[in-house]
Amino acid sequence: MKFSENWLRTWVDPDMSSEALAHALTMAGIEVESLESVATAFNKVVVAEVLEVTKHPNADRLNVCRVNVGETQPLSIVCGAANVSAGVKVPCALIGANLPGDFAIKQAKVRGVESFGMLCSKKELGLAEASEGLFLLPIDAPPGKPLREFLELDDKLFTLKLTPNRSDCSSIAGIAREVAALTGNTLIPLQIPVQHPSLNEQLPVTVIDTSGCPLYCGRLVRGVNAAAATPEWMLRRLERSGLRGINAVVDITNYVMLEMGQPMHAFDVAKLSGGITVRKARKGESLCLLNEQSVDLDEEVMVIADDAHILALAGIMGGLDSGVGSNTRDVFLESAFFHPDAIAGKARRFGLSTDSSFRFERGVDFAATRLALERATQLLLQICGGSAGVIIEARGDLPKREAIKLRGSRVARVLGITLEAKQIAMLFARLRLEVDSKGGDFLVTPPSFRFDLSIEEDLIEEIARLHGYDNIPAATPHASLTMLPDSELQRPLARIHQTLVARDYQEIISYSFVEEQIERELCGNTEPVRLQNPIASNLAVMRSSLITGLIEALRYNLNRKQSRVRLYEIGACFARLNGRYAHSQRLSGIAYGESQPEQWGVASKPVDFYDVKADVEALYAPYRLNFVTASHPALHPGRSARIERAGNMIGWIGELHPQWQQRYDMPQSGVWFEVEYEDLSRVSVPHTGEIAKFLPARRDLAFLVDDAVAVQTLIEAMKKVPAPYVQEIQVFDVYRGKGLEPGKKSLAFRVLLQDTQKTLTDSEIESSISMLVGVMNEHGAQLRM
Amino acid sequence: MEELQQILDQALRQFAEISDEDELEQVKARFLGKEGSLTALLKGLGKLSAEQRPVAGARINQVKQGIEAALQQRREVLRKNRLASQLAEESLDVTLPGRGMGTGGLHPVTRTLQRIEQLFHSLGFASASGPEIESDFYNFTALNIPENHPARAMHDTFYIDPQHVLRTHTSPVQVRYMESNHPPLKIISSGRVYRYDSDATHSPMFHQVEGLWVDEEISFANLKGVVQDFLKRFFERDDLRVRFRPSFFPFTEPSAEMDMSWSGGWLEIGGCGMVHPNVLNHVDIDSEKYLGFAFGLGVERLAMLRYGVNDLRLFYESDLRFLKQFK
Repeated sequence: MKFSENWLRTWVDPDMSSEALAHALTMAGIEVESLESVATAFNKVVVAEVLEVTKHPNADRLNVCRVNVGETQPLSIVCGAANVSAGVKVPCALIGANLPGDFAIKQAKVRGVESFGMLCSKKELGLAEASEGLFLLPIDAPPGKPLREFLELDDKLFTLKLTPNRSDCSSIAGIAREVAALTGNTLIPLQIPVQHPSLNEQLPVTVIDTSGCPLYCGRLVRGVNAAAATPEWMLRRLERSGLRGINAVVDITNYVMLEMGQPMHAFDVAKLSGGITVRKARKGESLCLLNEQSVDLDEEVMVIADDAHILALAGIMGGLDSGVGSNTRDVFLESAFFHPDAIAGKARRFGLSTDSSFRFERGVDFAATRLALERATQLLLQICGGSAGVIIEARGDLPKREAIKLRGSRVARVLGITLEAKQIAMLFARLRLEVDSKGGDFLVTPPSFRFDLSIEEDLIEEIARLHGYDNIPAATPHASLTMLPDSELQRPLARIHQTLVARDYQEIISYSFVEEQIERELCGNTEPVRLQNPIASNLAVMRSSLITGLIEALRYNLNRKQSRVRLYEIGACFARLNGRYAHSQRLSGIAYGESQPEQWGVASKPVDFYDVKADVEALYAPYRLNFVTASHPALHPGRSARIERAGNMIGWIGELHPQWQQRYDMPQSGVWFEVEYEDLSRVSVPHTGEIAKFLPARRDLAFLVDDAVAVQTLIEAMKKVPAPYVQEIQVFDVYRGKGLEPGKKSLAFRVLLQDTQKTLTDSEIESSISMLVGVMNEHGAQLRM
Repeated sequence: MEELQQILDQALRQFAEISDEDELEQVKARFLGKEGSLTALLKGLGKLSAEQRPVAGARINQVKQGIEAALQQRREVLRKNRLASQLAEESLDVTLPGRGMGTGGLHPVTRTLQRIEQLFHSLGFASASGPEIESDFYNFTALNIPENHPARAMHDTFYIDPQHVLRTHTSPVQVRYMESNHPPLKIISSGRVYRYDSDATHSPMFHQVEGLWVDEEISFANLKGVVQDFLKRFFERDDLRVRFRPSFFPFTEPSAEMDMSWSGGWLEIGGCGMVHPNVLNHVDIDSEKYLGFAFGLGVERLAMLRYGVNDLRLFYESDLRFLKQFK
């Protein structure tokens, strides 16, 4: 809602500055989003009448004008504008005037001719960004009248950001009522004389949908001059509320809407067949709206129809065919109360948001419906002439205003302050609420213009609002203390972050929506969770993996000359699962470039699978993970693995597939991993065992095996052997190449043997070792001597 | 006897000239070894008379001790020299950088969330969470925003299907939590939320923190107290002022917008209010017995103010040059 301060002050005129008024409104919940001047500052500019124009003796493009500025003597002013001519009224900056841009007007000689002022364009006065020629004023403008006064330029524009509950403030009348309540000033109500009909004629009105339209008032006005000019004062107020002038009839309906909050509509009677019906549309009916948009209707939508056509979407927008034009002679004015429930969401369904639907879906004062029609008639007769018919009114069940019980004790409990009954009563009086008080309690009946007061808390908010939120002191709560549970069976999220940060990963946060094609390519996901209304085509589906965001972030940084990038993200991934949407919280990282920052003391080496594998293992400590060769659409098939914990698949790790490396213009490959947070977070409480008193024995065993044999298979085979005393088996060397047959590798294992009760003898050790060697032989591994 | 003095002088002189430890041992042999000059003199004692022998023996021993002491002293000097030169050789350029891994960093939003949660945990708030694809019911209806309510237009919503949306706020967590927990309760819930809006000051995805306290005696004054306390602690500024302005949220009544004093003006940092009785009734909490307050804060806004970030988009571009400043 945008409006002129001067207009508001004709209704209520508190003795406070514009800024103070704006602040008072904002602090009462009517947020003033902006407060701006109508015009930039300038002075000594008056209305001038050009009396005579003669060519400048020394310049082709200049004229010397004799100008009446309301003084006894006309002034001589040199002017270069092409549109100057005798008889026009234009703004004239007098000697001593200051114009926007620090432009001072002095007496000057222009090419030898004295000039005593300047005739102005809109641009020179700061009233327009650009303008051509002089600003031509209405022909009845009085010479000598200060322009600021004549155009009411010392006015401010208030723009309100109204919350949906305060529809009552979407009119000057409503805001004035609020200001009066806040400041205690008197409201100067509008005098609306009842217009006595001079025509004893009515258009029949039938309301079928009485719940959607509990009140419909209409009136015929014949013989209007729709081509009449809208008065300047009305146009100015409309424009300052952001509405363009259209024609006098439409301007009047818009004006009454701004003034009283009642949206109205005017039909061209010549285009109607028969009477007016308010009903639900039928499937198959359609309407071409005033904005030339064609809409298909159904039973959900309430319409205004005549005997042959649909005329308007009730409470939303009129139809193109029945609208008033400059040739219209007879009009039918509509002022109705459409129930919020019948209008809510309907405009949005057709992609519309109109001044009318905005007000109706939030609630319009049904006590002013008829009055607004009188007001519109008054203005119509004044401006366009004509004769008014009798008001026809169809009335159903209007919304009930039930009395609400308010307990003084509840006010104290909710707000945490004690207000006396007298204070509360006074606040209600300022809000013009009908109140019945008894002891400290009240029975309050909300007025017809308020649609947001139905329970006790609503009234408590009104009390708090008027009392001032600032006047409620902040208080520390008192509560009984209990400790929060903090399970050690949960690995804290913060610790997971710490582990990754300590291992040189930088956290990122990327959008949860990604491009469908990339989701398909990198995740093999052909049935992603799609958004119905994505904000951009490359953000159309919900991610099923964090890989897309990481790769995008990696590329972003590579394009900015970063050569070593290590990123991670923790966030939700989405999938369809049995007709539902499944969320899984995941942790994912990517490492690209050198395994360690370039430095003097470490040979440089690109990060590889095993570097990142160590990072993943560090996250899961003390648990052991299994890595099983498997292929993933994003990964190199020979360098990727499924990660398993206790037999359950919990994630992926691998080098990016060379095809994506090439496709995404990455000079090198990177290593990516992703694991389920849910599983990662589960830990058990450590339980200590006995520390062996005897030192362990170490035996190193080297085997020659086929290259294709996975180390883990061998370790698991050895661990399954019931060889006594074996505590730990670790690979400590892998060798291929010189000295070995092609296709073979040498693996060296460190075996630790220990007993808690005694030092082991050589023969005990040897018998265990030979069991291990035996099982290795079964797996084709030969002990190297 | 002069000979003895000469031997001693000779030994002392030769020892002093030697700078190598092995050579010192060899030179020692010249005097004290089997063939050494002093050994020879000792062997010659037998030729002396019984009267001369003790005197001469004593003299020789005296010289021998002198030589041994000198030798020991020289050994010590040479050992010290050797250690000193070894240490000198081994010295490092301590200004070379340390070797190994670098360290990464947290995203500023995570850092901010951790701080916020810690502050509220200190007041006994428990953490709660909920899904990001949320049903229309939890995101709107249960929060007193029925279908077609104009308040829905305040939320520019992403739809997955007619019954599911990307949650537009963290408030659905309130409802989910209250469905399965009984008052008194205090929770804090943070996470990603989504609005169909994208420009220099709006991101289609951002973070909120939601707080909820339901108890028998919890008032609007308490809400002011807690939020004010939090902001002062978060920004570590006791002079911070917080302003509450009436506003409208369907799930709170009375409702307020919170503004914070900043650089001479006021900045909006979130919404709050007393939990609407309809919301409590929805989850079978007796709104006569229990009262509650709820608030929602924009995490990015807090992070921007705290760390001087002036462009919201920086949070989601993943630019390392930006992120690395939060180590």
